[in-house]
Amino acid sequence: MSLEVKLITGRTLHQGASMERLGKESEEYTKSVAVCEMDPADMEKLGVKEGDIVKVATDSGEVFLWAAKSRQAPHEGTIFIPMGPWANALVDAGTNSTGMPDFKGVKARVEPAPEGKVLNAVELVREIYGYNY
Amino acid sequence: MATITDVICPFCGTLCDDIEVVVNGSKIESARHACKIGNSKFLSINDIPRPIKPLIRENGASREASIDEAIAKAAEILSNSKRALLFGWSSTSCEATAVGIEIAEEIGGLIDGTTTVCHGPTVMAVQYVGLPSVTLGEIKNRADLVIYWGANPMHAHPRHLSRYSIFPRGYFRERGQQDRELIVVDVRKTDTAKIANHFIQVEFGKDYELLSALRMIVNGGELEEEEVAGVPKEKIIELADKMMNCQFGILFFGMGLTMSPGKHRNIDNAISLVKNLNRHTKFSIMPMRGHWNVTGFGEVMTWQTGYPFAVDFSRGYARYNPGETSANDVLQREEVDAVLVVASDPVAHFPRKSVAHLARVPMITIAPHHSLTTELSEIFIPSSMVGIEEEGTAYRMDTVPLFTRKVIDPPQGVLSDVEILKRILEKIREMR
Amino acid sequence: MSELVLKNGIVYDPINNVNGEKMDILVKDGKIVEKLNGNAKTIDCSGKIVMPGGIEIHSHMAGGKVNGGRLFQPEDHVRFAMPKTKVTRSGTGFSTPTTFLTGYLYSKMGYTTGMTAAMPPLMARHTHEELKDIPMIDKGAYCLTDGNWFIMKYLKNGEIEKCAAYVSWLLKATKGYVVKITNPCGTEAWGWGKNCRSLDDPAPYFDITPRELVKGLVEVNEILKLPHSVHLHANNCGRLGNFVTTLETFKVPNGTKPAAKRQIMHATHIQFHSYGGDTWHNFESKADEIAKAVNSNKNIVIDTGTVTLDHTTTMTADGPLEYYLQSLTHLKWMNRNVEMETSPGITPFIYSRKMPTASIQWAIGLELSLLIKDPWQVLMTTDHPNAGPFIRYPRIIAWLMSRKYREETASKVHKVIYDRSTIDGIDREYSFYDIAIVTRAGEAKALGLSDRKGHLGVGADADIAVYDINPSEIDPSRDYKEIEKKFSSAAYTIKDGEILVKNGEIVQTRYGRTLWVNSKVDGELEKEVMKDIEYNFKRYYSVNLANYPVREEVLTRSTEVTRSASV
Repeated sequence: MSLEVKLITGRTLHQGASMERLGKESEEYTKSVAVCEMDPADMEKLGVKEGDIVKVATDSGEVFLWAAKSRQAPHEGTIFIPMGPWANALVDAGTNSTGMPDFKGVKARVEPAPEGKVLNAVELVREIYGYNY
Repeated sequence: MATITDVICPFCGTLCDDIEVVVNGSKIESARHACKIGNSKFLSINDIPRPIKPLIRENGASREASIDEAIAKAAEILSNSKRALLFGWSSTSCEATAVGIEIAEEIGGLIDGTTTVCHGPTVMAVQYVGLPSVTLGEIKNRADLVIYWGANPMHAHPRHLSRYSIFPRGYFRERGQQDRELIVVDVRKTDTAKIANHFIQVEFGKDYELLSALRMIVNGGELEEEEVAGVPKEKIIELADKMMNCQFGILFFGMGLTMSPGKHRNIDNAISLVKNLNRHTKFSIMPMRGHWNVTGFGEVMTWQTGYPFAVDFSRGYARYNPGETSANDVLQREEVDAVLVVASDPVAHFPRKSVAHLARVPMITIAPHHSLTTELSEIFIPSSMVGIEEEGTAYRMDTVPLFTRKVIDPPQGVLSDVEILKRILEKIREMR
Repeated sequence: MSELVLKNGIVYDPINNVNGEKMDILVKDGKIVEKLNGNAKTIDCSGKIVMPGGIEIHSHMAGGKVNGGRLFQPEDHVRFAMPKTKVTRSGTGFSTPTTFLTGYLYSKMGYTTGMTAAMPPLMARHTHEELKDIPMIDKGAYCLTDGNWFIMKYLKNGEIEKCAAYVSWLLKATKGYVVKITNPCGTEAWGWGKNCRSLDDPAPYFDITPRELVKGLVEVNEILKLPHSVHLHANNCGRLGNFVTTLETFKVPNGTKPAAKRQIMHATHIQFHSYGGDTWHNFESKADEIAKAVNSNKNIVIDTGTVTLDHTTTMTADGPLEYYLQSLTHLKWMNRNVEMETSPGITPFIYSRKMPTASIQWAIGLELSLLIKDPWQVLMTTDHPNAGPFIRYPRIIAWLMSRKYREETASKVHKVIYDRSTIDGIDREYSFYDIAIVTRAGEAKALGLSDRKGHLGVGADADIAVYDINPSEIDPSRDYKEIEKKFSSAAYTIKDGEILVKNGEIVQTRYGRTLWVNSKVDGELEKEVMKDIEYNFKRYYSVNLANYPVREEVLTRSTEVTRSASV
């Protein structure tokens, strides 16, 4: 069971506040940024509830996130992930000669992933990019 | 306890300059008037552990180093590089940017700012068609129609509405909000849309079409379609009428236009609409610049190099071609052989493919805190927080310059971005 | 500091009535002195012209709208670039050069002082940040007062003394040198997308006319005893038939006495204000009418704003004008109304030789220089970059010195100039002495700087230009190309006694002074006005009062000129 969606990324108040106040390694930052905000109708289609873990995948990669009911609905077929390493692990390469990556409007698939684990920012970066040392 | 007034908040491009910071010894007690994010930034002084000593990563482990060693090593990496990228700058002072430009020029490197991933497309559109704009005080005093398009200030610029656009009483708008109308155009019913008089939900990726439809009406044409971009014809005509018949209109736009498909062409169309509207009334447009001094970075870059971002000094003078010389392009093409990051966190905010190259090349980061970028850096030099622990010039989103204040001392031994960069430059010059 | 002798130069120093005499100029500690004791370095200037360093009286070289012009024209920066050298920073830009480049280019032409023409008070810090990055020359900024709510209200209420105290505060807060008026009242009207089209067309709501505003500010300027007079960009700039407004504007200060030995009004870039005709098809030069008025009014000084026939950028605080221009050209357009103060705008402009209008505009600039009899009243500018970039000064000098050169250019522009301007019939050719007046001595006098600048008398700043031109061997009328070349590339530019340029190349860089007026008024009056300022800031500005004034630290070699007002 999965859903084809458009992915939009951007700033939220909680993302900004937790980043500035507590830093990107904090639990609060992970809680406010490692989330996939979805339209309630879409959540119903997938059978996921607030706080369930979902896998979001694009051509560039996949990450596990907590599903969250969007407070800015309706926007069926569109998911929102706050700007940050989770969202950017999904953003496609290329800028079409504009210098600007496609941070909004990436083609993505969402599916329930009760077995998945949401990594914190540092774990995520380590897992994806590793270290060369 | 001491209260410092007229403090400028170093978080977003709104650059509120009325913050009252209460300082108690080495703690900040409160930051009155600041929004939730601004307040968090001031209070972070008390909470987030501050790195003091530079870190150098060697043989898979990082160790503390002296500031002299870190600066010497940073200078060596930059001096030996063939094509270094100097990135960041939007959360530090203009003075720091100026030194950064001098380093880039000295080593023939590239310099780019976070503009490239926020309003870079806006700059490109402005280079096509211009930008009829105003300062924020003009809006406060005169505006009777305020539009936010693809921007959500309730989250990204929390005090924008209360200081400049909707709520304040202005000279010609004595009743504040009652004298104005707020329209929000967005793909989602954002928290800003919820307080608007009118919300227009545009289909994702169709902003360009909606803008074109509005231009057609404003320029005297007739709309044949019953619906454009998911918006019914009557609603578009009503919006166009409101725009043409207001006394003083303002269109604020954000990432919803710059990052969506069409990018700079969306902005071009939005600006052209506003130009067309000036045949009917006074109308202006303004990008909602994000980081507190991203505008200042562009200003200094422009007066010193001639271009606002994505500058390449490899020929000894500045060249500019976004898409070729911009950060994500040079990273994704794997051209860059060293990176200096100042006051930014590209590992958190760049797409995967760009970050993969950042992880591959030697990276030096100058920033007040640990971040995902420092995680991947060879050298991390902690610096003081400009606007809180250090003075410096910044430019508001409407290009009004403000001199940010220092309210508290930085941790002992921590230098400012300007000082660190100057010392790196000095060392580079010694090596040549 | 070193001592310097400029030996056997042919000196043109109009303020001291020196007209092409062979003499030595002695320099010590950055000043011109009478005698030297020791081992002065000697520069052989025989067969070369020696003049005071050039002074720019009106150039948009620094500030928000200049940077706006740079920002939205990458194409302008591809046209001209200078790589970094051992002594200089890199730079780009033809009509909107970057800051470092601006300093270098002025210095290469023998200029040592330059004034930036329009600083919105709220943006003052920006202007000074850029001035800080302009090397080589002394500099200052003109503070815009045209659409200022405080000023309009005080003058409307007849509170001239309070108005003076406010302007005094404003100059100090912005570190300005001059009271600049651009499109009086029209810049406030532009807040509503409107304009003031005559001297009696009032600003909406504030209900004060341009005539009243200009008259009031002239009085304020003299109450404050400022070094320069008001510096006025009159109404209807660039509009058809505007010469009528210009002639009327010249009369506005009548009855007010200058507080110093200088003009009562500086009317700027008058080329843009000397237009006849009521359609673009009968557009014509009215330079002769304007010249007649200036010739009979010793209290007016103008600068020309000479068109150089280039692809350039127009930028002015006259927002409605820029909107009008872009509606003619359909080129890109930037606008920046500044709350409670003024309304700058920017748009590119192409003065094509093939265009009748541009050709007539070119003729007008030169007609003004040639028909106004007294060179002290007609200073040379291009209103950089509005009528052309300042790097064209040497070409204008050559045009002024050679009828033949003018004829040659005239033959390449639209033939309409033979009917609708008088340029073809003018024989006059400037002498080197005249050139020294319209490029340095006249500027110094008009700016109230002649105690230290614009001349080579004892005690003056050692700001000197040497050109490799031998007046006894060259015939400027015939060798105009040579004149243009030599004035482009000074043999020496000496600033404060230091050699900065040699043979047209920069040999070292220095940062000059920033001049500003520390205007003093009665303390009680100032306190009273501060109350109004505080009240209005809280309510209507978007910044706090405490964050408005420019700190002196941002100025390079801050140099205050103190003037005590008569109130």
